[in-house]
Amino acid sequence: MHYLPNVLFALLLLTTVLLFVKQAGKIRRNILLGRELDRSDQPKLRLKTMFMVALGQSKMVKRPVAGLLHIVVYVGFVIINIEVIEILIDGLFSTHRVLSFLGGLYDFLIGSFEILAISVLAACVIFLLRRNVLKIKRFWNREMTSWPRTDANIILTIEILLMSAFLIMNASDSILQSRLVEHYSVAGAFPISSMIAPLLSDWSTDGLIFLERFCWWFHIIGIFAFINYLPMSKHFHIILAFPNVYYSNLEHLGRLSNIKEVSNEVKLMMDPSATPPPADATPPTFGAKDIADLSWKSIMDGYTCTECGRCSSVCPANQTGKLLSPRKIMMDVRDRAEEVGNNIDKHGKDHNDGKTLVHDYITAEELWACTTCNACTDACPVNNDPLAVIVELRRYLVMEKSEAPKELNNVFTNIENNGAPWQFPMADRLNWAKEQE
Amino acid sequence: MSQLTVPTMAEMTANGETPEVLFWVGCSGSFDDRAKKITRAMAKLLTKAQVKFAVLGTEESCTGDPAKRAGNEFLFQMQAFTNIQVLNAYNVKKVVTTCPHCFNTLKNEYPELGGNYEVMHHTQLLQILLDEGKLSIEGGKFKGKKITYHDACYLGRANGVYEAPRDLIAKLDSEFVEMKRSKAKGLCCGAGGAQMFKEPEKGNKDINIERTEDAIETNAEIIATACPFCNTMMTDGVKNKNKEGQIRVFDLAELVAQASDL
Ligand code: SF4
Ligand code: SF4
Repeated sequence: MHYLPNVLFALLLLTTVLLFVKQAGKIRRNILLGRELDRSDQPKLRLKTMFMVALGQSKMVKRPVAGLLHIVVYVGFVIINIEVIEILIDGLFSTHRVLSFLGGLYDFLIGSFEILAISVLAACVIFLLRRNVLKIKRFWNREMTSWPRTDANIILTIEILLMSAFLIMNASDSILQSRLVEHYSVAGAFPISSMIAPLLSDWSTDGLIFLERFCWWFHIIGIFAFINYLPMSKHFHIILAFPNVYYSNLEHLGRLSNIKEVSNEVKLMMDPSATPPPADATPPTFGAKDIADLSWKSIMDGYTCTECGRCSSVCPANQTGKLLSPRKIMMDVRDRAEEVGNNIDKHGKDHNDGKTLVHDYITAEELWACTTCNACTDACPVNNDPLAVIVELRRYLVMEKSEAPKELNNVFTNIENNGAPWQFPMADRLNWAKEQE
Repeated sequence: MSQLTVPTMAEMTANGETPEVLFWVGCSGSFDDRAKKITRAMAKLLTKAQVKFAVLGTEESCTGDPAKRAGNEFLFQMQAFTNIQVLNAYNVKKVVTTCPHCFNTLKNEYPELGGNYEVMHHTQLLQILLDEGKLSIEGGKFKGKKITYHDACYLGRANGVYEAPRDLIAKLDSEFVEMKRSKAKGLCCGAGGAQMFKEPEKGNKDINIERTEDAIETNAEIIATACPFCNTMMTDGVKNKNKEGQIRVFDLAELVAQASDL
């Protein structure tokens, strides 16, 4: 009986870890449904980029208000989680504030955690207000349907609740310490919760012990739940941002990949003596029709997307009322990957649900509105590349389906016939030199 | 102004000469009436600076950029391999172009297909020629004139060239005003990704109008551009806003040529 809380705690912890591993494993599998892409070059530069962009959040601060508040939440949340180490030990072995032997350092840590906790709490309140009261435009685009909006609000609310529980726990603990209650040895500094403590000073010792225990369990169960909420949420970016930035495109943004199989075919057309590919090689789909035709990195982009909408708020097409929204492109990639993944779980690997990423999720109208300006890729705080997806889908429409807009088909014909997008004879190319102003 | 002499690669090679740099004119610069003026301005500047240059003339063909960005990788690579054959046959080492789309494609996408050249945008070459004193700006034609600059996506964000064009404007001794969205945050003119050649999708505004409004807000007298497509888009935007009397759109090559009395 005496060990019941410890056993319960251990079971909870185990379930949390197992569930998380299972969920993360599914996401990993879904990402690997994508095509191969080698991003193993230049490890040093990749690490540096990861430190700058993911850890240092260099692209977040380009919007100072949101950027700084985000850093507060991020730093606060990560550092306060050092506290979780103590909670885990206390929970498993029925100790109380097991790290308090650190003495002055412990007081410093708990004190800093409290200051961070109140900052995180304040930042989350401001974030909620920005989203729901100020209704900042990028959080209310078409693709921000009720689930993405709720998701963001749930995360912010959980964080506020966790931080509140942490502070109230400390407040009751500090009173119990001052009453020299057994088990509640004197430890820690409480710069913030000492301001809450007076509100609780009339409480009975039993009441306070109950409150302290309640907050303690609430806090840790909250964290366990949060960990398993992550993979279902855009909040998974707190983990994926790191590999996603590490493997991001390091080339000039202007460079699009050249399709190798096309090079082989074109070379063969131009020089029939070149060695043809082996006859049994299955011709690949040109471009992407569905998830499995995208690179694994594009799928990872989808899972990393924070739905912040910075990309869409700088997209020239989106700003002028076109259907295209690079954020939606990323969200569609993720949602379709989830759907395909769920199909695999339910119906096996080769199940075909008759749907595709192009058309069922992303329409041709969206795809053709893109100017390939790279504003989205430049703005994305986690180095996502919506343009790579747009180009792959265009390639599919054009090369597999011949479904380009009519004007573009004319452009293709002109380039083919006379080497220019317009219908001018090649022989006139130098006329500019003869004409006078 | 005397007749321009523009040697072609074929002529030079026939005479046993090798040019220092190939001037890649591009489709717009060859066929679009407005862009041809930019091409001529650049050719005059190259001549004045005594740069030994040549063009491909009728041997030049579209780089394939619009095809590639529209998803037609086959057509792009057909164009690329054909152009590379021509360029490599002439043993071209250095290329300068007035079109950021050609610039980007030649510089970033041709090497993997066997075309390795040192590629420069004309604003970069003009900057060098002015710094080396091979060109000079006299007379203060633009002194005190308010000029704003529209970043071309394929020069700026795509390739990080933000300073060369701005430096040219500074050299004109004019008053430079930045638009509210500039450099990496600059708004596209709406022409990229083959949009130039088609009607825009349904929306509530055309992109070039949105961008022209940024330019008008600066109260500049001149919008400087560094891309023939941006030039067209901004010129149309100014027309649409009935501001032709107040604002003119010029390529940086034209501005430098005017300032050098060409
Ligand atoms: S590249 Fe396309 S999607 Fe991205 S910002 Fe530009 S127009 Fe929008
Ligand atoms: S793609 Fe990047 S910028 Fe766009 S919503 Fe996702 S995280 Fe934000």
